[in-house]
Parts: sequence; C-alpha cells; structure tokens
Amino acid sequence: METPSVYLDCAATTPVDPRVFEAMSPFFSGRFGNPSSLHASGRDARTALDEARESVAASIGANDPTEVLFTGGGTESDNAALIGIVSKAAPTGGHVVVSAFEHHAVLEPAHRLEGRGYDVTYLAPRRDGCIHAEDLEAAMRADTVLVSVMHGNNEIGTIQPIAKLADVAHEGGALMHTDAAQTLGKVEVDVRQMGVDAASFSGHKIYAPKGIGALYVKRGTPFEPLLTGGGQEFKRRSGTENVAYVVGLARAVEIMLEERETEAPRLSLLRDRLLEGITNAVENSEPTVASGERLPNIAHVVVKGVEGESMLLQLDHLGVAVSTGSACSSGSLEPSHVLLSIGCPPEVAHGSLRLSFGRFTTEADIDYFLEKFPAIVEGLRSMSPVYQRMYGSSGTEHPVTAQS
Amino acid sequence: MYSPKVMEHFNNPRNVGVVENADGVGEVGNPVCGDVMKISIRVAEDRIADIRFQTLGCGAAIATSSIITEMARGMSLEEAAGITKKDIADALDGLPPQKMHCSVLAADGLRAAIEDYRKRDSRLRV
Repeated sequence: METPSVYLDCAATTPVDPRVFEAMSPFFSGRFGNPSSLHASGRDARTALDEARESVAASIGANDPTEVLFTGGGTESDNAALIGIVSKAAPTGGHVVVSAFEHHAVLEPAHRLEGRGYDVTYLAPRRDGCIHAEDLEAAMRADTVLVSVMHGNNEIGTIQPIAKLADVAHEGGALMHTDAAQTLGKVEVDVRQMGVDAASFSGHKIYAPKGIGALYVKRGTPFEPLLTGGGQEFKRRSGTENVAYVVGLARAVEIMLEERETEAPRLSLLRDRLLEGITNAVENSEPTVASGERLPNIAHVVVKGVEGESMLLQLDHLGVAVSTGSACSSGSLEPSHVLLSIGCPPEVAHGSLRLSFGRFTTEADIDYFLEKFPAIVEGLRSMSPVYQRMYGSSGTEHPVTAQS
Repeated sequence: MYSPKVMEHFNNPRNVGVVENADGVGEVGNPVCGDVMKISIRVAEDRIADIRFQTLGCGAAIATSSIITEMARGMSLEEAAGITKKDIADALDGLPPQKMHCSVLAADGLRAAIEDYRKRDSRLRV
C-alpha cells in the first residue's frame, strides 16, 4: 500500500492555495511593472499594489491603508517593529517588555536591543499559557518604551488578551506590538479593537507563499526603517515591492476571512477530536493547556515517557508530518522555551507533540493519525528503560521481554 | 539530516530488551536531558556473549544504541570498552554534529555495563 501523506504541521507552513496562486500568476511575466515607474506598466503594478494594501488594511481593521507595510515575512515584520519602534521612540535607551514565549523573531531582536544597552524584561506566561495583565502591570517601568506580546502562541496555540495588555502598556506610557502571524484569518484580528500600535503578519501561515509578510504601524507611531533606499512603502521599507506576492497575500487574507465562519468551527472540531482521541487511547498523555481560548488549528499534547523526535520520525515513516518541542528536534539540548516558560518540566516537554492543521486537512487525516499513533507510543515506551519506573501503575519496573 | 543507516536502525532496532540474568548492567543519561540508555550484557570467556538495550530518546539515541549492540556482540570486554563515539558515528555513516552526544551516551552505557560486570566479578573472586 502506498504511504499516505497526512500533513499536520500547518503552524510551520501551509501550501499555497491554488486560488492564491492564480491571483499571483499574472504578475510574474505579464504584469511585471515596477510600481514606482510612471509609465503604463508601472501604473498597472501600482494599482495592483494599492488594491492589495487597501484589502489587507480593511481586513485587519486599520484606519488607513498607509498603516500597512509589506515585508519579506513575519520575521522581518517583528524585527522592524521591535528595532524600528524602540530605536526611534527611545534613541538613548529604555525598557522593553516581551513575553518569554515569543517566537525567536521577537526574542532575537529583543536580545539585540539588550546588547545596545536597553533593558529587556522577558515576562513569563502562567501555566495556563497566557500573559496576565496584572503580571504585565508589575513588569512596567517609568521608562518602558514598548511591550510586545504575541496574539496566538505558535506552539501551544493559546490566545493572549491583547486588548487588556495594550491598555496596561498604554497606561504605563508604552507602545504595544503584537505578533499575529498565527492568528490572522483564524480568529478575529482587529488592530483597533486590540488597541495595538503595531502588528506583524505572515503570508505562508495562511496559504500565501513564503517570503511575504505585513507590518501594521499605527499612524503617528515612532518608527525608524530597517531598510533604507528608494523610499518605497512610505519610506518605511525600501526595496522594489514584491507585487506578485503582495497580491497573493491580499488574496490569501480575503479567502481566510470569507471562509472563517465555517472553517474555524470545522477546525475546532478536528482539534477536539484529536485531543480526545489521543488522551483516550494513550495513557499518561494530556493536552498541554487544558482550557481557555486557543487557536482552532493547533492541538498540543504532552505524551509522558516518550521522546518527541522519536514519535515524529515514526509518524514520518507512516507518512504523517508533525512537530515537537523536544530538545532533539531543535538542535540544542534544551526543550522548547515555550513549554519551559509555562512551567512544563523538561522531562515532560521532551515528549511534546504539536499537531496543526488547516484548510486541506480532512477527518480521514485525523482518523489515520489516531489509528496509528497509540501503537507508536506503546512501542517506544516498551523500549524505554524508565517508563515503568517513572509512570508504571504499580511503581515497580517490569523488564521488557527480550526480542531479536 | 539522518543517514539512511541511522533511519534503518531507528526503524528496525536490533537487540531491544534486557538480557535475563545479566552479568552486567549499565544505565546512563537522565530523563531531564531527554535520553536514558540501559545496556545489559552476558559475558562468557571474557567476551560479550549477549547484549541488549533499552533506550528512551531521539532517533539518534535509539540508532546508536542499536548499532553498538551489533558492534559489541562477540567482542572481548577490552575491545568493547574501547569503542569510541567516532566508531559508532562511523558505523552509522555519520551523525549530525548536535547528535554526537548520543553516540557518547551509547559508548558510556556499554562501558558502564562492563564496569558493572567487572565489579561483580571481582566480588565473586574475593
């Protein structure tokens, strides 16, 4: 039998939707103009760019299209927001708060700011996977310039109370940024309702290509561009605009919003079915975060007494793509900083599994996973020298029968 | 990132389990780091007559455990104790740099089992 291909790693990336590809395709060879050119070809590209910007701006609730910059992806958006806002708002130094479980695209620029003399607080989430307003309040200082907390966590899928956190930031005289790469089109994302001054978005999480993102910067927000040159994007992001990809991003956002009403409940059902199926069939497994508002398309579980990479590889062998927060998958010796930040012990974090899915995931995919997964865990646990000792019901070790 | 040989050993690990009435048992690593290896051996005429492993760990940890049981079976204790992390990595057609510690763990596990055997053996002689 041919190995099926079940892709449960949509939080890592998604395929380009054929409708997105179709919208983009005229802009590679036919409508190839440079939006800065005055001639007809340039004007055509400019029109496409402007329309895409208007569409994205309207989708995220921006007041004005000029508040939306197109970037080379979520990582650039995060870097531009942190470095760009802080450098301009407090050129001589100050204090920045970022949550401890941000994506590395926020954590690394925060480290860079630290290297330049800024103070940075890495605010820990609580065990529920959320940053609490009172914890942020306690972290604020008189010289806090910027607070950055992600909207939806890319590993455990928890949604952060951005509107409340933005209130705290503003009351403390700071600006507020949120990385919304995982939430755009999946839950409601409205920059005005959230009250943020800046927000980052990524294309390839929502069926647009890799290498395109957007950054919302509210009018009047101090901002120093990362890239200077020809002055494109209102002098905030130089470089000839990637018109085809911008058009693709706009189309991708439109489709997400058109389909969200039916898609979000469908995905939530798949998520709950996965979580229930796993925890029922596999002893000593549980959802990493028990309750609260979560992304509909991420199911995160910890499976005790099994190492994540070995689960990932065995699933891969059966045609199922997933990801894990174990140390061994990351290339470092530490398990995921996200799991450690919510108080998950390292020996448990090593056994974490993230299953993320989307538009092209079917119930049959979930059933296939649930059919195969329990035996994988059982096999790996039977190979472990410590499973019975650590988690066995009798508390005594039962030697596994030798086999050749 | 893994060689086909690593994947082959990961997917079909050899000599999984525990040797009954083992002459030596070595356990190294700990769950906090994510890897635990336990190697048990039976010794006859100063050679490894039987060897089995149990491992909690990543693909490389399981593959290195599996291959070291194949390498060590039939070896004299001295030869087996001399197996290096490089020998193990070479036998698997290489390991990614960040996974070299797994081969260290396998070599340590085997040495610990041999050590355990020698300790028991010397007690018997007294």
